[in-house]
Amino acid sequence: MNDRVIKSYRFREERESDWAKLDLIVTRAEKRGVKALSDEELTALPRLYRQAVSSLSVARSISLDQNVLAYLETLCARAYFFVYGTRASIGARMAQYFRRDWPASVSAAIKPTLLAALCLFGGALVAFFLCLQDMEWYWTIHQGWDSRNPDASYDSLRDTLYTEDTNIADMLGAFAAQLFSHNSGIAIFAFALGFCFGIPTAILLIYNGVYLGSFFAVFWQKGLAAELTGWLFIHGVTELFAIVLAGAAGFMIGGAVAFPGTKSRMQSMRDAGNSAALVIIGAVLMLFIAALLEGFGRQLINSDMTRYVIAVTSLIFWLTYFYWPRASEEDR
Amino acid sequence: MAKASAAPAVDSRREALRRRELRLKENARQAKRVRALVTPEGAALNLKIATASERAGAFLLDFTLQIILIIVSVFVIAWMFSSMGFRGWSVAGSLSAVVVFFLRNFYFIFFEIGRKAATPGKRALGLRVAARNGGRLTANAVLARNFMRELEVFLPLSLLLMTVEDEVSAWIRLLGIAWTAVFVLFPLFNRDKLRVGDLIAGTIVIHAPRTKLKKDITSASPLSTAASFAFTPAELDAYGIHELHVLEDVLRQSTREIKARVAERIREKIGREKQTGEDDLAFLEAYYGALRSRLEQQMLFGERKEDKFDTGR
Repeated sequence: MNDRVIKSYRFREERESDWAKLDLIVTRAEKRGVKALSDEELTALPRLYRQAVSSLSVARSISLDQNVLAYLETLCARAYFFVYGTRASIGARMAQYFRRDWPASVSAAIKPTLLAALCLFGGALVAFFLCLQDMEWYWTIHQGWDSRNPDASYDSLRDTLYTEDTNIADMLGAFAAQLFSHNSGIAIFAFALGFCFGIPTAILLIYNGVYLGSFFAVFWQKGLAAELTGWLFIHGVTELFAIVLAGAAGFMIGGAVAFPGTKSRMQSMRDAGNSAALVIIGAVLMLFIAALLEGFGRQLINSDMTRYVIAVTSLIFWLTYFYWPRASEEDR
Repeated sequence: MAKASAAPAVDSRREALRRRELRLKENARQAKRVRALVTPEGAALNLKIATASERAGAFLLDFTLQIILIIVSVFVIAWMFSSMGFRGWSVAGSLSAVVVFFLRNFYFIFFEIGRKAATPGKRALGLRVAARNGGRLTANAVLARNFMRELEVFLPLSLLLMTVEDEVSAWIRLLGIAWTAVFVLFPLFNRDKLRVGDLIAGTIVIHAPRTKLKKDITSASPLSTAASFAFTPAELDAYGIHELHVLEDVLRQSTREIKARVAERIREKIGREKQTGEDDLAFLEAYYGALRSRLEQQMLFGERKEDKFDTGR
C-alpha cells in the first residue's frame, strides 16, 4: 500500500460518489422542485442525506482538507433545508389559507379587532359631532385642496357621488388610484407600527377615523348623508373592515411585545408575528377587492338602493366567513 | 556583528507574533458568526450568520433590480398603448401603477416563499432565509418579515424625500428620520444581525454559498515523484494546521511565482537545500501531503497543533 495516500483521502474517495449524487438531487430539487425527482432518487435521498451528515461529523475530526469540510458543510445545510423544508405546494397552501387559516386567525383576534374598530369609529364619531357643532373643526383636520369642503354647494357635492359617463379608462384609473391611495399603505403601516407597543397603530387609526368623520359631517349638513353612505359603503365595508383588521394585527404584535406573559419576549413576538401575518395578508386581499368594487362597481352602479344592497351583502359575507363557528381540525 | 544580525531576527519574530495575535482575534470574531443547528439526526450543522454588509449589499441589488423591472414594464406598457392616443396613455398609467404596486409589495415575498428561500440579490451573495429555531420556514414568516420592510425602507425613504416648507416641519422630519433610523440600524446592534422583520417573523439570514468539491491535492497524479521526497518528523513539526491551510490555498489558487517563493520559504525554514532539477510544485505537494498526514494523525490522538507557535503546552 502506498503510504502517501493518507487516511482522510481514502475516507473521501470511498464516499465521494454518494456526495455527488446527493448534490445532484438537491440541485435539481432547488431548480425544479420535488416533482423533477424520480422515484429512485426520492428513495435514495434520506439515506444519502444521513450519510452526508455523518460524513460531515467524521470529516470534522479526521480531515484537515478545508475544501472537503466547506463542501460538506454547505451540502448538508442545503440537503437539510430541502429534507426538512416546506413541503406543501403553493396551491394546497392557498386552499388551506382560505378554508381554515384566514378565518381562524381573524376570529382568534376578536379583542384586538374590537379595539381597532373602537379607535377608527370612535375617532370618526368624535370628529363628526365636533364638526356638526362648529364647521371650523373641518379646516383643522383637512388641508384646503379638497373641493368637497363645507363651502361647496349641494349640487357640486352631489355630483361627486354619481358618475354619468363611464368608460374603462376611468374605471381602471380609479382602481389603480385606490390601490395607491393611502389605504393599502395605512393597512401595512398599521401592522408594521404595532411593534412599538401598538401606540402608533392606535394614533393612525384614530386619525383616519377623524378624517372620515369630518368628511361625513360636511355631507350630513347638506342633507346628503344617505347618498354618501351608499357611495362610501359599497366598497367601504370591505375597505374599513380591512383597515380595522390591519390595525388588529398591529395590536396583536404590540400586545405581544408589551405583555409577553409566561413566554420570553422574543418567543411571544414571534408567535404573534406569525399569526398577525395571516391577518394582514388577508387585509391586503380585502383592500384589493375593495379597490375593484370602488373602481368598477361604484362607477357602474349609480342607484342608492343597489349600493346599499351590495354594502349589506358584503358585510354579512365577511362576518359569516370570519366568525361563523366551524368544526376545528381536532373535532373531525 | 552578531548583535546586528540578531536584531532583525528579534524584530521579525515580534512581527510574526503580532500577526498571530491579529489572526486569532479575527478567528474569534468569525467564530461568533457561527450558530450550531442540531438536526433531528443529532448532527450539528454550523450555519454562518450573514453580516450586515452582506445583507445591505443584497438589498441594494434587489432594490436596483426592482427599479429596473419597473422601468422596463412601464416602457413596455407605454409602448403597447401609445397608439391609442390620450385615452391609451391614461390606461397605460393606471396599468403601470398596478404593476408597481405588485412589484413593491410582492417581489421579496415571491422569491422567499420559493424553493431557494432567497431573492436574486440574496442568491448572488450566497444568502438565504431560514427559520431561527431550525424548523420549517413557513409562508407566514416570510410574509411577516417582508411587510415590516414598509417600516424599515419605505417610511425612511418617504421621510427623506419629504419636502420641507417651514422650520416646524423640518424639525418633524428630523425627528421622524431619527426614529426610523432605529429600525434601519437595528441589525447592527444585535448578535444575530436580525432586522425588525426577522424579529417578528422568527427568521434569520444565513450565509451558505455553494461550494464546489475540488480535487484532493494529495491525489496529484505523478505520485512517484512525490514519493521521492522523504521528510523527517522534525521537518514536519515546523508547521501547524493554520500553515497547512494557507499552503492549501496557495496550491489551489496562486500563481507560479508565488508557489516558487513559498517553496523557497519552506525550504529555508526546514533547512533543506534545493536539489538540482527539483520541481517547486512537486515539492510543495509532497510537503503538503506529508504535513497533512502527520497533523491528521496527531489529531486522531487528540493533539491539534493549531499553528507553528503551538507547542502543545
